Amino acid sequence: MTWFLLALALVTLGATVLSQMGLGLISTSFVKTLGKTLCLCLVAVAMDVVWGYCGILSLGHMAFFGIGGYAIGQWLMYARTEIIVTESLRQSPLPPTEAEIVAAVGSQIFGVVGSSEFPWIWAFADNLLLQLLMVMLAPGLLALIFGWLAFRSRVTGVYLSILTQAMTLALSLWLFQNDSGLRGNNGLSGLQNIPGLDHLGQDLLSVLFLWASALALGGGYLLFAFVTSGRMGSVIRAIRDDEARLRFLGYQTEHYKLFVFTLTAMVSGLAGALYYPQAGIINPAELAPMASIYLAVWVAIGGRGRLYGAAIGAALVSLLSSWFTGGGAPPLDLGFHVIHWTDWWLVVLGLSFVAVTLFFPKGIGGLFDLIPARRPVPDRQGAFGPDRGARRREEGVPE
Amino acid sequence: MTRTFALSTLSALALTAGAAQAQVSCPIKVGILHSLSGSMAISETTLKDVMLMLIAQQNAKGGLLGCEIEPVVVDPASDWPLFAEKARELLTVHDVAVIFGNWTSVSRKSVLPVLEELNGLLFYPVQYEGEESSRNVFYTGAAPNQQAIPAVDYFLDELGVTKFALLGTDYVYPRTTNNILQSYLVSRGIPEENIFVNYTPFGHSDWATIVSDVVALAADGEQVGVISTINGDANVGFYKELAAQGVSADEIPVIAFSVGEEELSGLDTSDLVGHLAAWNYFMSADTPENEAFIAAWHEFIGDPERVTNDPMEAHYIGFNMWVNAVTEAGTTDVDAVREAMYGQEFPNLTGGTAVMLPNHHLTKPVLIGEIRADGQFDIVFQTEEVPGDAWTDYLPESAVLESDWPGLGCGMYNTQTQTCVQLTSNY
Amino acid sequence: MLRMIRLMLAVLAGLLSLPAAAQTLQDILQENPEAIAEPSRRTVGETLDRILASNLPEVPLFLERWRERAVYRRVSDGLFFYAEETEDGYLLFDISTGAPAGGAGRREISALIPNAGVRGAIATALIEFQLSDPDPARRAAALTAITRDPSADHLDPLRESIAAETDPVLKARKERLERILTARFDADPAARIAAISALGHDTGLESRSVLNQILAASPQVAAAIPEGENVARILEPGGADLSREAAYALLVAEGLAPPVPTAQDIRNALVAAIGEGRLPDLDPSSLDSDAARAAAYDRLVAAGSAPPRVTDEAIDAALEAHVFWLGYAEPDPAVTEAARATLDRSLTRVALYQTADIGLDALSLASIYFLAAIGLAITFGVMGVINMAHGEFIMIGAYTAYCVQRVIPDQTLSLAVALPLAFAVAFAAGVAMERLVIRRLSRRPLETLLATFGISIALQQIAKNIFGTQARPLTAPSWLSGSLTLNDVVSISHIRIAIFVLALIFLALLLVVLRRSRLGLEIRAVTQNPGMAASMGIDPDRINMLTFGLGSGIAGIAGVAIGLYAQVTSEMGANYIVQSFMAVVVGGVGNVWGTLAGATLIGGLQKLIEWFNPSNTLAAQTYMILFIIIFIQFRPRGIVALRGRAAGV
Repeated sequence: MTWFLLALALVTLGATVLSQMGLGLISTSFVKTLGKTLCLCLVAVAMDVVWGYCGILSLGHMAFFGIGGYAIGQWLMYARTEIIVTESLRQSPLPPTEAEIVAAVGSQIFGVVGSSEFPWIWAFADNLLLQLLMVMLAPGLLALIFGWLAFRSRVTGVYLSILTQAMTLALSLWLFQNDSGLRGNNGLSGLQNIPGLDHLGQDLLSVLFLWASALALGGGYLLFAFVTSGRMGSVIRAIRDDEARLRFLGYQTEHYKLFVFTLTAMVSGLAGALYYPQAGIINPAELAPMASIYLAVWVAIGGRGRLYGAAIGAALVSLLSSWFTGGGAPPLDLGFHVIHWTDWWLVVLGLSFVAVTLFFPKGIGGLFDLIPARRPVPDRQGAFGPDRGARRREEGVPE
Repeated sequence: MTRTFALSTLSALALTAGAAQAQVSCPIKVGILHSLSGSMAISETTLKDVMLMLIAQQNAKGGLLGCEIEPVVVDPASDWPLFAEKARELLTVHDVAVIFGNWTSVSRKSVLPVLEELNGLLFYPVQYEGEESSRNVFYTGAAPNQQAIPAVDYFLDELGVTKFALLGTDYVYPRTTNNILQSYLVSRGIPEENIFVNYTPFGHSDWATIVSDVVALAADGEQVGVISTINGDANVGFYKELAAQGVSADEIPVIAFSVGEEELSGLDTSDLVGHLAAWNYFMSADTPENEAFIAAWHEFIGDPERVTNDPMEAHYIGFNMWVNAVTEAGTTDVDAVREAMYGQEFPNLTGGTAVMLPNHHLTKPVLIGEIRADGQFDIVFQTEEVPGDAWTDYLPESAVLESDWPGLGCGMYNTQTQTCVQLTSNY
Repeated sequence: MLRMIRLMLAVLAGLLSLPAAAQTLQDILQENPEAIAEPSRRTVGETLDRILASNLPEVPLFLERWRERAVYRRVSDGLFFYAEETEDGYLLFDISTGAPAGGAGRREISALIPNAGVRGAIATALIEFQLSDPDPARRAAALTAITRDPSADHLDPLRESIAAETDPVLKARKERLERILTARFDADPAARIAAISALGHDTGLESRSVLNQILAASPQVAAAIPEGENVARILEPGGADLSREAAYALLVAEGLAPPVPTAQDIRNALVAAIGEGRLPDLDPSSLDSDAARAAAYDRLVAAGSAPPRVTDEAIDAALEAHVFWLGYAEPDPAVTEAARATLDRSLTRVALYQTADIGLDALSLASIYFLAAIGLAITFGVMGVINMAHGEFIMIGAYTAYCVQRVIPDQTLSLAVALPLAFAVAFAAGVAMERLVIRRLSRRPLETLLATFGISIALQQIAKNIFGTQARPLTAPSWLSGSLTLNDVVSISHIRIAIFVLALIFLALLLVVLRRSRLGLEIRAVTQNPGMAASMGIDPDRINMLTFGLGSGIAGIAGVAIGLYAQVTSEMGANYIVQSFMAVVVGGVGNVWGTLAGATLIGGLQKLIEWFNPSNTLAAQTYMILFIIIFIQFRPRGIVALRGRAAGV
């Protein structure tokens, strides 16, 4: 854990020194990529707690990430537009009324989808504090309701995975509609311009966001390390390994699961709120089921059941992905066919995922076990994941 | 217009004088920001190829300002946030003089803040929903009044359609276009209840009910017409269902804004003969310029079967205008080139001349084509050049807005309050 | 050289033919050649009248050719010709005599392309020539033209032509059309009412449309209903049919009430007044609320320089003082009454038919979902494995059919080859996947889920690399195109019927295999207790492999079916996978009947939501998923719950 925080601090400080604010060796867009990667690491760590520790393969955690992004995006768009609108209305012969300002902001934001009225979902958009609360509360509330319904009726295993996927699909389809009031397919854009901080310039803002992301990742890591340690952590891992037995021991497993599900959803929301101002735009495609599947892929490749594994997996795979799909990788000439990585990267990713599940169930994190100087990891910490203890189910004994 | 032109010529002259010292660093880099992977790759890869062809042609002619033009191709992978990241990379890392790119509106909105922050220059080649005029973008595709409105006029005047079904994929272009069309239709005396609107998701395939709904519209004896902003693959199922239910173009004509030669290649068009599309360019346009363009394209791509389409023509015009503007300005400096762009003229591939307007849009002729059995279009209607309108006149909020960069120095000028609403764009 | 001579000859011939007749068709056309070359629907009527007025015998042929885009115009002199395409150009023929008139190069003549509106007008002009034409196709064309553009002029010629009609189908059509025209245009109200009543048994679009046209009505307002007005019904302002705002707007439009100044009007008036110095003592910066502006505006009103604001009470009083009604355009109440009664009768039937039509659509959608989901259900039931790459087997089947169609152009034959081949290819792919991946991951269902995801991603991208992202054409044979039309409301395309039949076949096949065959027995044994089955000498690995192959093979067949009516793309499988999962999960795992129930429920539900909200199909999908999430909370094991190893999941 210390090592992880140290590495995180090093990366952040190093990037700051090398950035346009320091030596100018790395570009602002790379600093932004780094900052975004840290946010992805945070949501991956959250996913690891849900899946690697608690055994719930959630295929919907990117929905919470997206909700956080939308929540902060609403305030960013509203506040920036309000500044622009009051500025322009000030030049007019009559001072604007409240209603006129709201109408003008509305037509600026929703003109692009052919409307000008504020939907109910924007009720708090003018208030930074409330909207910041929404960043955590909205995903938390959704997770609470969804989790309560699902855990209460004892939906587990693959059923639960499919159900979480259905949740994120429904959410993204709903957001896709213009009627949802969040600008449909266009989503919220221009989020990199922070109202009131525009004069700082993107070079400085990107570094500030990098720090904020690093802080959030560090804090989140500490929080989850705390949650997964001690008695509480034992219970959570026990749910993964044999939920039925734990229930017979008198534990209310639903409550623990609900707590983990909701807490990770809230942290995911926070990660999203830090990610999207750096990305600049959020739209429903970000909540598509595929995004959550990638999240699971990162965690699996990084190594489940250890927090640093998830972070490594997320950083490595997302950076590699952007390198390969961005045309950065040189084409590979096989003689009979030239492999352009933009075309073949997904094939490699897909197959490598099969390979990891088949041959390296511990993921990259498993490599750390090979370091001889280290204290051997107790088996329950570096486990394969939930399936080990689930054997009983396979024998066809109805619960 | 004359005043603007004189102004821009003057400033261009002034800049040319200054440009003697302004050294142009060779080679001149041109950024190409089209998705080469992901869902938009099929459409955008063609545009990347067209750009490479145009640059090669220009280099063969001796380059630009004595420099070779070097294309910088990046792949934003149909990922909208990645568009912003790649645009930043092009402008700060590669120092490109200009970017040609984007297809979807959302990708353009994603790139806009970066362009405006770093004062870049983008040529956007696709027909779009309008309601935008950025200082840093030249829109070489059609605004709604250069495609949708004339198409509706054709329906009203030539086909006598009195009841409209507006079918679209649920995203911003169909939504905004249909909003504009709805209020335009009302202003042309079509009652609200005679307009049926439906939105379907991307890649929709179950069209039976919707087509039945459209057929049922004819029950009150009005002539029904369909205006389709259905995007991409979903068109295949839609047209198959039309054919299966025997909806002929004579009974219920369908005019599409997103179906061109490229999309029809995924279909057997024999049952679709007579249905329509509206564009500013059709491959079947019979002019010597078009013949030469198609020949050059086939030679460049090495496949005589490949079709040409409307956005390709937009890049052709945009690139040539940019080359002329740079030559006139004597520099690739964005501000100087922008000044030189106003009033630039270049011949269209379909005849007539395209002129760059002060609102960063082009004048374009509008063509309406009927689908032929061979997947091409019979041009049945062609207008004079129509000046592109950034802010539509048919929505109350936009009717009062005007864009005039050289004259008013504003892309979103409220003529009612006589103020510039904002200098940057509404993203 | 030869061409030059030909051209000169043609010109000479043209010149010589000029004085021959007083006025040839060419002369008439040349009076205003642009109206022929670039016609518009709005102006073509005049041109057609001029041509028809000449009474020349060649006119019908010319009009027909013009409509069929077989008339050409020579660029050099603007003369019109018929032309026949040859290898290096065209042979021209005179439009009056049909005599050869020389040749022309490709760029020397241009085809006239009248648009659809103009073609319709030409067809209308041709009606009188075609109604009694010996060729039944032309008579049918004339009837179609009348249907499309009914007018009183056609009534008499149509009646005259009925007696001589020999073709029974056309005769019936003519009689029906005659009724429709009579109902709308006849001078005698009694005849109209009779015709209207006769339309009662007709649910066709045309008959309903004529009734609707007779019943066309618009909202009207006056202080009292004038004499002789044919009132449909009285409207209550603020009621369901006429909102308060609409009612007042109607009053304003009729000039019966003053318009309400909007906030924008008030603002503009104030800006103007301040600009002109009419409110010298007013501080403009104080006008930042609606109340302050209203007060200032009232001062303008008092000064008489602005129209007064209209209070709610004034609006109420104005609405109170007037009567609103829906007035028919048709003045004769007897006719409208008859039409209303007939329409009401047919509307009940139409509503019934519409329900039937939606039901058919739902059935068709359900059968598609069933085909897509059943393979998934089998593998899930037997092996407890969720195969996320199932959608890609659908895609594999569709692309197989596409490839077969490329090789075998005959569509019927290629379909006959494609169906078994798609099954075989998908079967092989499924077996390979089971052996290579899934078997090694037995007892780790969540990891199987993820591994198959990986395969799904890779397969989709490979398909993209091979076939491109553009949709590929998969064309149904001609006997499958078109649709079964019961009447103008209920119809279903042949492809959908075929898919329905296919789904039934596979349902029956699966039931037989599972219930009656040795394989089925073994599959059921492994489903219920693999350990026990293995100790009875059944090889569970073999059974797993075969089941997986079977499930994948059926997905391949589903791919062909889907590709026939929709698009073949690399993402087509992914578009169906979620619905398939829903069908399996809702229906209950591992049970053919359960999947059938699930697919029916989902298909029906989707159509039902679409029916309630026809303008937003996306919303229908969202609500359906929400419904299913909630459904699962209450019946976590689906409609048909099963005991077995999957039951505990």
